[in-house]
Amino acid sequence: MTSAPETQANPVPAPAADGDDVLLRVENLVKHFPLKGSGWFQPKEFVHAVDGVSLEVRRGQTFGIVGETGCGKSTLARCVARLYDVTSGRIVFDGRDITQLSQRRLRPLRTEIQMIFQDPIGSLNPRRRVGSIIGDPFAIHKLASGAERKRRVQELMERVGLNPEHFNRFPAEFSGGQRQRIGVARALAFRPKLIICDEPVSALDVSIQAQVINLLADLQTDFGLTYIFIAHDLSVVRHVSNSIGVMYLGKVTEVATADELFTVPRHPYTGALLSAVPVPNPDESDQRKQIILAGDVPSPIAPPSGCRFHPRCPKAAPVCVAEDPPLEPRLGDGPEHPAACHLPMAEGENLAEFRPSISAEERVEEVEGSLLPDNAEPVDIAGALPVRREGGEP
Amino acid sequence: MSMPELRSAGESEVLDESGEAAAGKRIEGRSPWRLAYERLRTDRAAKIALGTILVIVLLAILAPVFAKITGHGPNQQFIDIGENANGGPVPPSGIFWLGTDNNGRDLFIRILYGARVSLVVGVLATMISVALGVLLGLAAGFIGGFVDTVIARVIDVMLSIPFLILAISIAYVSGPSLWLVIGIIGVLSFTYLARIVRGQVISIKSREFIEAARALGAGPWRIMFVDLLPNVIAQVIVYATLLIPLAIVSEASLSFLGVGVPPPTADWGSMISDASGFYQYGYWWFLFFPSVALLITTLAFNIFGDSVRDALDPRGAGIYV
Repeated sequence: MTSAPETQANPVPAPAADGDDVLLRVENLVKHFPLKGSGWFQPKEFVHAVDGVSLEVRRGQTFGIVGETGCGKSTLARCVARLYDVTSGRIVFDGRDITQLSQRRLRPLRTEIQMIFQDPIGSLNPRRRVGSIIGDPFAIHKLASGAERKRRVQELMERVGLNPEHFNRFPAEFSGGQRQRIGVARALAFRPKLIICDEPVSALDVSIQAQVINLLADLQTDFGLTYIFIAHDLSVVRHVSNSIGVMYLGKVTEVATADELFTVPRHPYTGALLSAVPVPNPDESDQRKQIILAGDVPSPIAPPSGCRFHPRCPKAAPVCVAEDPPLEPRLGDGPEHPAACHLPMAEGENLAEFRPSISAEERVEEVEGSLLPDNAEPVDIAGALPVRREGGEP
Repeated sequence: MSMPELRSAGESEVLDESGEAAAGKRIEGRSPWRLAYERLRTDRAAKIALGTILVIVLLAILAPVFAKITGHGPNQQFIDIGENANGGPVPPSGIFWLGTDNNGRDLFIRILYGARVSLVVGVLATMISVALGVLLGLAAGFIGGFVDTVIARVIDVMLSIPFLILAISIAYVSGPSLWLVIGIIGVLSFTYLARIVRGQVISIKSREFIEAARALGAGPWRIMFVDLLPNVIAQVIVYATLLIPLAIVSEASLSFLGVGVPPPTADWGSMISDASGFYQYGYWWFLFFPSVALLITTLAFNIFGDSVRDALDPRGAGIYV
């Protein structure tokens, strides 16, 4: 994967005819989880996992979502797939508002939105044979049974590069990459319109990552699939996505086409993330200044006021503490590149030269739950992106 | 579409597998059950215990045949040859292989018929508690919330009532019978099983494959019985094999106390109870043989249950009975 971004040329997204081109529209989505144990004797607390996210995903394209662990990207995915009930906001899929559909009414929709999960071990039932796991979609929706189901399952297995003879095997008898292919086959059974990939390659070896990503790309071409691709590996996301949304603490901070995000980041958080992407050339790597963000991600239970990034932002100013910046185009960008920042970065700007102009108390006080004292060693943000998500966000 | 090719790593992963298939190896998934069976097969203690159980079952089935061979019915009294001058039991001999009881009945035949009662109670009561335990445990663990609270409290209450006292009072009030004994033991012993299933379900429920099933549109029944149940069934089987001897002993205890299977039905518990009044006069066989029958049966089931646990759970983790 690491060598990919140099050679690839991301096609410019097909010009949007109009709103019809949008397969999925998320409007101001909010998901709060009540905190267990609170509410009896103290005010009920909530984890603000997703806090007002709006985005549009176009047909046949790949929308990447990046962000640190705990920023709410997996929760967002599960809300869109309606595995979680949303607290407020709207999800419009293929022209239909699916936000409030009951589980029963959701059933037909399940064939149109599918998910591929992160954990290739945990996402397959260890006690069931691969054939019956991939056959589940047909069994649940009574689409095929008996020999017909077996034939279609074996077709799917072949399509995703598995040996159809391995129909009778158990998940434990496959390697990580193969297990992820099983997950892909299961998601593909319905020929869905939208597949949400929740960090589908994070748990895989780098060479296997490439295989699975190529498989996903092939399937997208063949079946005209639309993907939401969640990852914390920026180079992977850049490689696969047409547009990318950056999330921080339950909010989208910036959305742009893949190339634009990497060349002209507007949000300082995006800038910091990009500076942490490893550069293959060691000379170039030495030249580059990595931006080190101070502190930890604040607690999503009591998120900071104003811009949520202000306690860690090198450009933070009083306005950032007071006002939540709207997600809108900045510095003359087009409508497809909004950023939620009062003080966006100009092109070629070096973040390392900035010092926040807010008081130290503001920076620390807002970081509630942070374990780091004021004078703690800054944390390298690359180090703050663990490879595995600890089970079940938030 | 948007993703360029990147084939350098190749598809070796897939090719390897098909090469293996071409080599003519039969592709058959080795299921967890199959692996457990292989382990069980190499376990000598398991084989001996299972052999013992099969012999006991066979003897119980063939009880009428032995009755015919000896010419002694299970409830037939031999006042002339089956009792000594004082009306006490006669010792083992060619006529009465294991001697007689205080009513001049053939002890051997009665022990064989007693095995029928023990096995029937052991198996049926266990089936009842497995059904109850699995259903309630699944419901409590999967649905959670209020349902979980209610079921968990009921289990707590049941665990805090001494089993024998409750069983004796129920049997005393409604009069003893075989079916009542089965029902009492079955209903009263589901608690631990329900707890085990509930705990397992709660830990499995949060795994991604359950989310995947929901994303496919599976309803709660399907998730409970197709996705969750196969993952707890191993623990259920282990606990069930250990419940059988427990049920047999419980039945014997109830019969010993006179609230189990009513006389004159041959039953190990009531035989031991009767014999305890005669042991002091030197009629050792009357107490000894039913006790040995009970001991061997429960021991065989317990050892087999242990082996099943080892086979199904080779890491020795996950089951806390």
